[in-house]
Amino acid sequence: MSALPRPPDKGGSELRERGVAPPPAGPVPYPAELSLRFLSDMLRIRRLEEKSAELYGAGKIRGFLHLYIGEEAVAAGAMRALAAEDNVVATYREHGHALLRGVPMGRIMAEMYGKREGCSRGRGGSMHLFDAAARFYGGNAIVGGGLPLAVGLALANSLRKSSSVTACFFGEGAVAEGAFHESMNLAQLWRLPVAFFCENNLYAMGTALERSESQTDLCVKAAAFGMATLKVDGMDVVETHEAAKRACAHVREGKGPIFVEFQTYRFRAHSMFDPDLYRDKAEIEQWKTRGPIHTFSARLKAQGDLTEAQFLELDRAVMREVEEAVAFAEAGTWEPVEDLARDVYTR
Amino acid sequence: MTLITYREALRMGLYEALEKDERVFLMGEDVGKYGGTYAVSKGMLEKFGPQRVRDTPLSELAFVGAGIGAALGGMRPIVELMTVNFSLLALDQIVNTAAILRHMSGGQFSVPVVIRMSTGAGRQLAAQHSHSFEGWYAHIPGIRIATPATIDDAHGMLGAALADPDPVLVFEYPALFEAKGELSAENVDISSAKIRRAGSKVTLITYGACLPKTLQAAEEVDGEVIDLRVLRPLDMQTVLNSVRKTRRAVVIDEGWRSGSLAAEIMARIMEQAFYDLDAPLARVCREEVPIPYARHLEEAALPQPEKIVAAAKALFA
Repeated sequence: MSALPRPPDKGGSELRERGVAPPPAGPVPYPAELSLRFLSDMLRIRRLEEKSAELYGAGKIRGFLHLYIGEEAVAAGAMRALAAEDNVVATYREHGHALLRGVPMGRIMAEMYGKREGCSRGRGGSMHLFDAAARFYGGNAIVGGGLPLAVGLALANSLRKSSSVTACFFGEGAVAEGAFHESMNLAQLWRLPVAFFCENNLYAMGTALERSESQTDLCVKAAAFGMATLKVDGMDVVETHEAAKRACAHVREGKGPIFVEFQTYRFRAHSMFDPDLYRDKAEIEQWKTRGPIHTFSARLKAQGDLTEAQFLELDRAVMREVEEAVAFAEAGTWEPVEDLARDVYTR
Repeated sequence: MTLITYREALRMGLYEALEKDERVFLMGEDVGKYGGTYAVSKGMLEKFGPQRVRDTPLSELAFVGAGIGAALGGMRPIVELMTVNFSLLALDQIVNTAAILRHMSGGQFSVPVVIRMSTGAGRQLAAQHSHSFEGWYAHIPGIRIATPATIDDAHGMLGAALADPDPVLVFEYPALFEAKGELSAENVDISSAKIRRAGSKVTLITYGACLPKTLQAAEEVDGEVIDLRVLRPLDMQTVLNSVRKTRRAVVIDEGWRSGSLAAEIMARIMEQAFYDLDAPLARVCREEVPIPYARHLEEAALPQPEKIVAAAKALFA
């Protein structure tokens, strides 16, 4: 039996085989003020995580630490498409999602320190950030584990006739899990208001997509359930935002769930324990030319919406926020050991 | 006096739960059009409609997780797993989400989901359909384990579980489905053990489908029978009070012996009432084999009244 022809794909494995696409370019179609917010969003994630890596080295943060550096345009584009009453379910690579969803940076940092002032009271750490006020449902460190949860949150909204969207973020590694297939089927079968945001960074820890999947076009998988799909360049915040807006509109209009594949790349290793031996340094460097922050800044500068001085000022403001977050975490307190068993049961 | 069956008691409890609270809905395999594998939800689809009585695909992981998510979203879902055997397909969501979400989120998210499932052996269904994992689930902090063995509990435990803000697993016993009894007006909790027969010579501690067998055995040995009812958290006070009185105890558990709930009960008695005992503790458990199909072999693998009598009598030897 001959192999089926592979669909054209500007990301995924073919992208790697052919070399990466050119950096995002062209005019940014937003008012300068909005563009600067996107830039600030991405910078806040970047600087928070750079600091986190440094603090990990210093022993202030322990456990697993999974950095999102390189993928910031996805969370930045998607979060601004969501409303306050929407729900967000995320993974263990979720610092950026929590931050842009409105969890204060200080509470995120305090959580990574394991302090009582952390957004999960020091019980969760980097992988389990939660915030009820932000409708941020974690922080799930079982690959694919968030999808059934998101389906259930959407089911609750559907039963209450609410038009709220449940946004479910997960990596492409999750598509190999049964939870993915079961959840996609259930969501489409019941036409539930859920947006599946798949962050395809090409590697499930160290396993490249084409080494684990017979079908590497993820939208084909989603389409098999009869679900609407979108495939976008996850390194371009304009593309991610426009796609997320379209996806949320689709869901809000009662057209059922949607699957969006954001083609992205992580610049850092999987976690702080990962020696990153499974991919070429040249590949990483190539992808860095598509970095979401510097390409976006360059486009804004080219169209006169950003000066170097403005950029530096923005960056300084973000760095101040990071320093304040660190100070907040440092000043935080340790939960008394007597309270070890609290919150196992509600009563 | 009106007698009803255990099955009818379950059905009444479910019906009342759906009627009482708009947020309650039932979801699972064949709960709707088919009427429930054990006919517990028969007629519910017609009465409450497809939004609240939802047939699911055979996707235990997804629909249990969806129940958890819906509970987080403000609903009061009752998720039905056809049997405990299939609950293994949903184990990740039960253990890695439902049980630990509240603690892991620093107390922000309680998960008021109820997961019902049938459990146990005794009907020649062979090794893949005869597990007893109640004790296994009782190992996990963050969930409650309810094991109704009487008509009142079959009727009332579901309501008590729905009133609880945390995940509750309710185990139902097909071996008891045809058992008949009177429904009383007593208030059903999911926190206490109960003495089902007063006795003076030996305390017989059990739960679930072993209760009738244990009651039968108790007649021969003047046993005091304790129905644990709830396997997590355990009501040890009721157990210890009885053991201090009779000074002897046998634990009867349909689960496998090694690492069993019986082992936990025995350990706690040793920790807390060692000097009140006049004899070593004993237990009657499932033999450590997968449950065989042939009737005589299956019977030999399970706790039976004569085994319980023998174990109790041995304490006086």
